[in-house]
Amino acid sequence: MAPKDSDDIPRMHHPLEIPKLKCGAMEDSAPYPASPAHQASVGFPEELLPDWKERALAKMKDLAEKNRAFKVYLDACVKCGACTDKCHYFLGTGDPKNMPVARQDLLRSVYRRYFTFAGKYFPKLVGARDLTEEVLDEWYSYYHQCSQCRRCSVFCPYGIDTAEISMAAREIMDVVGKGQKYCNEIIGKVHVVGNNLGLQEKALRATLEDLEEEIEEDTGVSVRLPLDEKGADILLITPSADFFAEPHIEGLIGYAKVFHEAGVSWTISSHASEAANFGLFIGSYENMRKVSLRIRKAAQDLGVKRIIFGECGHAWRVAYSFLNTLAGPWDFLDPKYPVPQHILEFTWDQIQRGNLKLDKSQNDHIRLTYHDSCNVARASGMGDQPGGQFEIPRNVIRAVCNHFYDMDRDTIRESTFCCGGGGGLLTDELMDLRTKGAAPRMTALQQVTEEHGVTHMAAICAICKTQFSKVMPKFGYDMESIVSVHQLVSNAIVLTGQGGAEDEDGEEDAA
Amino acid sequence: MLGYIYAILFYAATAILVIGLASKIWIYARTPAPLKIPTTPAPKTRSGVVLRMFREVVFFESLYKSNKWIWLFGWMFHMGMWLVLIRHLRYFTQPVWGWVELAQPFGIYAAFAMLIGLGGLWARRVLVERIKYITNPSDHLMLALLMGIVLSGMMMRFVTRTDIVSVKVYMLGLMRFDVGYMPADPVLMLHLFLVATLMIVFPVSKLLHAPGVFFSPSRNQVDNPREKRHIAPWAAKLES
Repeated sequence: MAPKDSDDIPRMHHPLEIPKLKCGAMEDSAPYPASPAHQASVGFPEELLPDWKERALAKMKDLAEKNRAFKVYLDACVKCGACTDKCHYFLGTGDPKNMPVARQDLLRSVYRRYFTFAGKYFPKLVGARDLTEEVLDEWYSYYHQCSQCRRCSVFCPYGIDTAEISMAAREIMDVVGKGQKYCNEIIGKVHVVGNNLGLQEKALRATLEDLEEEIEEDTGVSVRLPLDEKGADILLITPSADFFAEPHIEGLIGYAKVFHEAGVSWTISSHASEAANFGLFIGSYENMRKVSLRIRKAAQDLGVKRIIFGECGHAWRVAYSFLNTLAGPWDFLDPKYPVPQHILEFTWDQIQRGNLKLDKSQNDHIRLTYHDSCNVARASGMGDQPGGQFEIPRNVIRAVCNHFYDMDRDTIRESTFCCGGGGGLLTDELMDLRTKGAAPRMTALQQVTEEHGVTHMAAICAICKTQFSKVMPKFGYDMESIVSVHQLVSNAIVLTGQGGAEDEDGEEDAA
Repeated sequence: MLGYIYAILFYAATAILVIGLASKIWIYARTPAPLKIPTTPAPKTRSGVVLRMFREVVFFESLYKSNKWIWLFGWMFHMGMWLVLIRHLRYFTQPVWGWVELAQPFGIYAAFAMLIGLGGLWARRVLVERIKYITNPSDHLMLALLMGIVLSGMMMRFVTRTDIVSVKVYMLGLMRFDVGYMPADPVLMLHLFLVATLMIVFPVSKLLHAPGVFFSPSRNQVDNPREKRHIAPWAAKLES
């Protein structure tokens, strides 16, 4: 079946190929606006306020006083052009307003007009402009064409991070009543139900029981997926996609098997049954804090000693970089472990200790590459060394998989390309943008498919996994070609008591 | 008369530069960074951050990773500028410091590096479609200003030869608030006028990238959020 917009998929010869400028190519792209109810659920005005302009400018001033990054980044840009070819949305669409500096300038031009000497007195000279309704609409369109992936900030000589500007712009729009449906609806659900999907405790419990049965059927071993168990050592916080969607769910099974073999007690919380924190995407410190405090409450109520996060990119950013700020201090947890830990840190530690029996050949049907998720790669870390976020996932992959090939160096690690669906853009009405934004990553993937016969790509982010399972078919791959890293671990892991005695004997003979 | 006009110009320009820049730096330093946002992988220690910043401001590390042409022209211009500035210290010191004497021969030819660097950057603004798109009139004006300073300076060094001994006496006098005779050489007048202009626009222009880079949270933060709790004063108030 040919995808209906197949002629619109950018054909790139190389993942870094720079397109010709196509002015206005994406000016009609915009996500659905938040309904009054969605706006109210996150504490924002229900619709565009009559005095929106004054409020927007007041918020801009407030942000410049409360956030050094916003202030410095608006002042420091010299328009050198270093970032102009770094955004996957620019590479995929050719729309010049998707060049990071041009995206920043949509807001910088207004900031200059009202808050700088040059912009007040010589607006034409420095490209300053009045804040009008057209400008606001332009913001709404193009600040929802930024996945806040920070690739541009790696290459900027001043470290200017467009994500900071785009988060600020979204916050300004939210406080004047021009919010985005996808993010605000979801944050509202988290506040009320506890997870992005609105999955109730009963349904969650049933799902986990089903998974326990499934694992027992497959392996003959009883592996538990506990919910709300007081006194467990580890609280697992994982994206709710892990509870119901492929390939996420295979990852959850992987975590459960690892915990089982490690012999630790753990639990999921129905109060904080969600790792995602979309407060990040809308730049709202207050919402991000409120969502984070659920985790603190769950940890206290359940009396756990450690917190471990499942595979989720932006959630790991909020967890690793912000959780101590937003919901700390964590002095009631076991000080022997970092708070929080990533599931890959846990699994890699178990592998190094020799606690897991792994049969790599179980993944021999897969020729694998690994997609570094942007928030893990450029906004957080793992382990105790800089760059651990690149090494630890690869170490685990190499321990469970015989055929692993990295993509072009300029498209992985700190230079990784966004999947195209991050930053609150994983919504159907933005499918065109998402497909085009995925083109650089898909082109790099096609290269390793040609060179090494790569069949699958692993990722450790719920958004990446969902996005890829949607867009990979448009680029000639099966939707099952995207896998969780812990799915591979799950395939390879040989549970104690699984498969009978012959297997163990065989292993000893071989050794 | 000319001496007085330029004296006023330079005192005003210096005051604007110093006060303007100090107030900007004060604002940057005072504004809190509410969250840990270093672009990772980032150093885990303070000394690691110092090293990262050193590589950034001395070698333009990120720019090098980004685009070799912009890096080449930008780096040539800035390093040439430092050598030229060091060389110019000889007009403000008596006796001239030893290390300034040492830099003299390099300082003279560094002007060519500045010229090539500026020329390359300017050419990119016109010739590269993407950079042309993001360029404002002020970006051209800034290049014109810098180009004017470099060319007028080179003119005096390599072509027309101004009465440099008198200029130095005049400058040393200004530093003691003693206004003397300034030679009425048009190239010199242009050179000094453009330099004063640059000083005046510094605190209200993109030249703020110079102090700004040191305050960039994505570059100057230590990557230790799990080990050490980071909280802005306004955010701490939410907790009470």
